[in-house]
Amino acid sequence: MSIVPTISKVQYQYKKDNLNLSEPNKFSVDELHTEEMIINLGPQHPSTHGVLRLEVLMDGEIVKEVVPHLGYLHRCFEKHGESLPFNQVIPFVDRLDYVAAMNCEHAYVLGVEKMMGITGTLPKRVEYIRVLVAELNRIASHFIALGTYGLDMGAFTPMFWLMRDREHILRMLEWASGSRLLYNYMWVGGLFYDLPIGFEEQTLEFVKYLKPKLKELDDLLIFNKIFIERTANVGILDLDLAINAGATGPMLRASGLRYDLRRVDGYSVYPELEFDIPIGKGEMGAVGDCWDRTHVRVVEIHESIKIIEQCVEQLTNDHKRTRDFDPQAFVPKKIRPKAQDLYSRLETPKGELGFFFRADGKSDIPFRCKCRSCSFSNLSLLPEMSRGVLIADLIAIIGSIDVVMGEVDR
Amino acid sequence: MDKEKLLGLVAEVARENSQWVENSNPPVLLISASDLLSVSHHLWSHASSYFDQLSCVIGLDNGLEAGTMEVIYTLYSIPFNQSLMLKVVLPRENPEIESVASVWKSANWMEREVFDMYGIKFLNHPDLRRILMPADWDGFPLRKDYKEQETYRNIKLAPEP
Repeated sequence: MSIVPTISKVQYQYKKDNLNLSEPNKFSVDELHTEEMIINLGPQHPSTHGVLRLEVLMDGEIVKEVVPHLGYLHRCFEKHGESLPFNQVIPFVDRLDYVAAMNCEHAYVLGVEKMMGITGTLPKRVEYIRVLVAELNRIASHFIALGTYGLDMGAFTPMFWLMRDREHILRMLEWASGSRLLYNYMWVGGLFYDLPIGFEEQTLEFVKYLKPKLKELDDLLIFNKIFIERTANVGILDLDLAINAGATGPMLRASGLRYDLRRVDGYSVYPELEFDIPIGKGEMGAVGDCWDRTHVRVVEIHESIKIIEQCVEQLTNDHKRTRDFDPQAFVPKKIRPKAQDLYSRLETPKGELGFFFRADGKSDIPFRCKCRSCSFSNLSLLPEMSRGVLIADLIAIIGSIDVVMGEVDR
Repeated sequence: MDKEKLLGLVAEVARENSQWVENSNPPVLLISASDLLSVSHHLWSHASSYFDQLSCVIGLDNGLEAGTMEVIYTLYSIPFNQSLMLKVVLPRENPEIESVASVWKSANWMEREVFDMYGIKFLNHPDLRRILMPADWDGFPLRKDYKEQETYRNIKLAPEP
């Protein structure tokens, strides 16, 4: 008797041209000039930060054209959004930008609240908790961006140091919401839970711990001569092009525009908080190069710490925890907005995350739910930025964009 | 800039009437499909509006009964801090519209996504291919009458009951 089980049904037949047919290359090998070649980067490659496939047309060592091929992580978010009630979409929103899920939830929740017309009526404590956890998650997201970027550039240690500090944040968010990465913590009109007892004090302790570590990060990575040589004057993004091509977030700010939706739109309690908006100044090279983009993220971490301290201050004084505080008190029993079109946007660590809703006024399910993703728009600048650079610099440029493929492919 | 002035600005180049759509935030301006490119260019280049950012291109299918599709463009002017949405209604059979990628570069991928999900053709687009779905996928998934194909390359798509 054979011990090898017989497979009754063949599920997948391997054919040599399967890859080519489902996602054909833009350039054909037959039409290349003598010195040119096509290099396929990804989809399974550590430097592409997920499942991004790049078709690179090379002339010797110089990149002539980059064609990104997307869709390997497409999970039909918009189709799900059209078939589920508003509050049940929140777990799917978590999975868009899975390293900054709180910020994504915040964007979605604010959008639905705007449609319901309950913006500004929620208790201040709810708003401050939302901003607190969102800023904690912003720091965690920037840690990933910086750590993996260091890894791309050949610096191994910063990755471990940053992951260690990020773990503290994730543990705290787990303490608050029950899960490490995908929280489902913010609800339309409130929160799942109030903060656990002692969270505010623990946050202050963490901030105290974090500040010297950021100094270490500066010494180890950001102002390291090798890192500067590797990233300064590489992948320079012109401001006009950045605006025209839809770059937002640290990408746009590094090109020299002081544009942050937290200030421009002033949603939630951000108008009451004090923080600066860092921009790229071209300290090490030209304005808008890879080093500027990295440095803007580092300064943003410092600004987020300021915001966190102010939030904790508010949460322990003016908007203290009380026995009868119920974070779900204002959660609407039935989310059925009036018939309308609405586009609402919010600043996530990567840029402008927008949600478009069309409600028909008759059902709890949106007629159309569209997600404007910032990584998607930022990534579309890659071909513009990497024309004429060396292949090693292409890796530096991809890392500095800070893409999360979950948000690109949705 | 208030709504009346914006409408006047659009009327300078539009050949057909445009009107505001109610119950929308930010305000939605309904324009005819043939005017889209000239209106977009005018709003982008005029010194008093200067809509320099195209945040989002949204496709929308109104279903078989209505027989129309829509494309909505979300514009934002950074210097004037103003938002505006342009809405274009297209017939459901053979929907075609002029691409605005020559005005805003960000339209390139966003229009590709709309083409991918709704099958709306963008004329004079620099590189109109599917972007999220595989190139040999059948049908346009976000259309209201979309039926999933049964198998894709010998992979069963629907789970066995």
